[in-house]
Amino acid sequence: MNIFDRMMSLDRRWVFLSLAIVCVVTYLWDFSVPITISNEVKSIYDRFDSLQEGDMIYMSVDYDPNALAELHPTTYALAEMCFRKKVKIIFGTLSNLGQGMVDQVIRDIADSVSHDATYNGVFYKGREIVNGVDYVFLGYKPYPAMVIQAMGLDFRVPFPTDFYGTILDSIPIMKGTKNFDQCKMVIDMAAGNVAEMWITYGHGNYGVPLALAVTGVMGADMYPYLGSGQIFGLAAGLLGSAQIEKLCNNPGRAMDGMRIQLFAHILIIFFIVMGNVGFLATRNRNKMR
Amino acid sequence: MKRQLPLMLVFVFGFAMIIQYFIPHQASEWVNAFFMDWMMIIGVFALALGIWSLTKVSWDKVKYKKSNWQYAIVTLAGLFLMIFFGFDYFRHFSTPVGSNNYMYVKFYQHIVIPIQSTMFSLLAFFIASAAYRAFRARSLLATLLLIAALVIMLRFNPLLGPLQPIMEDFSVWLLNVPNLAAKRAIVIGVGLGMVATALKVILGIERAYLGKD
Amino acid sequence: MKLKIVVVLTMLFMGVWAMASAQESLETIAAPDSIQAAPLPEPAKELSAKDAPDDHGHAIDVTWAKSPDDGERLKNVIGYIVYRAANPDGPFEARSGLLLGTTSYTDAGALNEGENDFMPDYQDYYYRVRAMTQDSTVFADSDIFGPVQSYGQWYDKGKTAVLLLVAGFLFLTIFFISKARGGAELYVRRLAGIEAVDEAIGRATEMGKPILYVLGLGTAADIATIASYTILGRVAKKVAEYQTGLIVPCYDPIVMTVAQETVRTAYLDAGRPDAFNQDMVYFVTNQQFAYVAGVNGVMLRERPATNLYMGKFYAESLILAETGVVAGSIQISGTDEISQIPFFVVACDYTLIGEELYAASAYLGKEPLLLGSLKAQDYAKAGVIILAVIGFISLMLGYHDFVDFFHVTG
Repeated sequence: MNIFDRMMSLDRRWVFLSLAIVCVVTYLWDFSVPITISNEVKSIYDRFDSLQEGDMIYMSVDYDPNALAELHPTTYALAEMCFRKKVKIIFGTLSNLGQGMVDQVIRDIADSVSHDATYNGVFYKGREIVNGVDYVFLGYKPYPAMVIQAMGLDFRVPFPTDFYGTILDSIPIMKGTKNFDQCKMVIDMAAGNVAEMWITYGHGNYGVPLALAVTGVMGADMYPYLGSGQIFGLAAGLLGSAQIEKLCNNPGRAMDGMRIQLFAHILIIFFIVMGNVGFLATRNRNKMR
Repeated sequence: MKRQLPLMLVFVFGFAMIIQYFIPHQASEWVNAFFMDWMMIIGVFALALGIWSLTKVSWDKVKYKKSNWQYAIVTLAGLFLMIFFGFDYFRHFSTPVGSNNYMYVKFYQHIVIPIQSTMFSLLAFFIASAAYRAFRARSLLATLLLIAALVIMLRFNPLLGPLQPIMEDFSVWLLNVPNLAAKRAIVIGVGLGMVATALKVILGIERAYLGKD
Repeated sequence: MKLKIVVVLTMLFMGVWAMASAQESLETIAAPDSIQAAPLPEPAKELSAKDAPDDHGHAIDVTWAKSPDDGERLKNVIGYIVYRAANPDGPFEARSGLLLGTTSYTDAGALNEGENDFMPDYQDYYYRVRAMTQDSTVFADSDIFGPVQSYGQWYDKGKTAVLLLVAGFLFLTIFFISKARGGAELYVRRLAGIEAVDEAIGRATEMGKPILYVLGLGTAADIATIASYTILGRVAKKVAEYQTGLIVPCYDPIVMTVAQETVRTAYLDAGRPDAFNQDMVYFVTNQQFAYVAGVNGVMLRERPATNLYMGKFYAESLILAETGVVAGSIQISGTDEISQIPFFVVACDYTLIGEELYAASAYLGKEPLLLGSLKAQDYAKAGVIILAVIGFISLMLGYHDFVDFFHVTG
């Protein structure tokens, strides 16, 4: 077996080991990489930026801990932006482990918002966010398609009470809020087919303006919906989250993760090129024989 | 009757929901909401069936000391401990107080989240090895696939310098034109297939779910 | 003498100055008359209201023509407010805020009695539109329009295109099923993945290893899962005949119960009911990656000869398929999840792409009913292509009506 044969048929464990080393080294070595903003992510930020105090949005946290690295930074950045601008948020989840995600987001953002901060040149005084006044968390129900359709009629149909057991009608933020008609937009952070259900049932049936933040693998699938106008913005994967953080001027784990992703991609490209060099050299040698 | 009744129910309710789609009247919306409530109730009952199945299989493994029966103990312990903590040590059954239970939160944050994240991160390694194996310039189409993959991976790479904007523009074209066209074609085909299969189920032509071909 | 001239000139100058000042103050005094009586703008014209179409009722569409002073500098109408009353004498209540740049408004209320802002159907309403200026005390009301009533519709005209397409598809399905029943030969192209199933089952039997069948992460309502049941039934029947092992780990409890029934019936059909063990088909968990971990464990412990992945898969597809490669299994997959198809193509020996999974049930049994519906599907696709081309040409020629007809609202 000569060098070209080895290049073509490298044991996958060498690939795993190299990738692990690159990820660990770039994680420990702290440096930043420039991040380019795409139009579809800018659309999401611009829409959030145009929200006024007192407006209401629906934030659907439809991912499990496995997609935490890619989608949590988007949730944090946008939720904090809303709370700073005094925009009200209705949190919901269509993933049964999403409740823990929402709970974690609310706790951490409440802590962050309690401190003064300046984002994009605007000073925000620290304040306390109050459950029922600044946000409400509806909780989780199974069968996402049905829940979305029911919420389009009335939030109270699938969720007579919020996650903590309080009757929705007694919650200040829900007075006068019946369904998606009172929400300026819906943003869905999803790691599964729930995103398409929001497009079909949320936007399709009720016409609510919809933006998606999805995992990298799903990103390419969502472009048809962006092109047809069924969604107004799309943030895909860790890159999408990093772009959101940059636009919100709120650097976090996504922007940190970009340096790891960058070098991981370079390593994968190196292996692909190496495999092709071996393949072409071996093919030429066989042809000559 | 055992087969006729489910087929009749599927036919009646299937057509009822098709007709409901075209009727905007408030009465029709009430029917929709009514069915949705029932679907959610049935879904929750089905979960109980699943828990029973998992418990039975794991218990049998432990009881008869089948191979790797020790893992079944871990499965059962995890299942029942989370139920115990989730009901706040069996003190609250009808309110979600258990989701704030100290042990429930700790198990979730320090066991569930790390394990799920670890499993998802395996994808990075498998993608690397699959890409290394699959992206070979065996033919013209395979070469085009290889070039497209490289462009998409490199589109936001700052190390490319002056080439980066060109890569980005090309990747935007790739995603918005050929990718969009191909995906729309597949989505239309899949959509028609779904309509056809749904019609087959409603009309009783497709009966595999009843358990006989 | 000179002094007299100076005095006279000074007095003249002072007189002129005084007269000028008086003139100014006269003008100043005159000015308040022009501020006091601000001219009223012209009201909005051609006010009309009718029930909002194609909805669940409790809504009325109000339209009007702009006031002639809309945008005029002197009596500038900047916007409109819509008012409603239950009778023409009032009292009128404002139903909208200040509407800018529009001449229409949908007045919608709550559906149920007791709710805030309940707007009952079949009740007379009267409308009036107020043209507003910058000064909120300066406005003009239009004529009153009414009575008008709201009510729900029993058919949404905006969905006519969908109805026609569904009806057309139903007609095609019935036509081709009749044709197939009449004995006509309906050609279905070869599906390599399905043809390889028999070979894969034979391989497992020879090796004495079980077959792993994964139904995916869909629910029992997903079309891909329904298609997968058919394939499972065929596989289970073959497995029963060859007396090979079968492992079916399930993600959804309802899917598990249906799969158990499917496999039980397959064993019955094969004449081997005694060989069926309910624990062949079991529930693992409905957590995506916990399920993957469980199935991977089965693969690495049991080392199945054949892995069949048929159904809905998400991010775990590559983990499953790559672990199958490590375990040395022959792998056949089929999914309608477009994002996962590349992963299966890379790691599996055969892959059914998209609607090939739905066609598998027809392909396996070659039953007229199933073949007929498959043909109808193909002709419907051809119809969609023709409609897309017509739509494209009509848009190029500037006719939007054809495309607008297919724009479904609501």
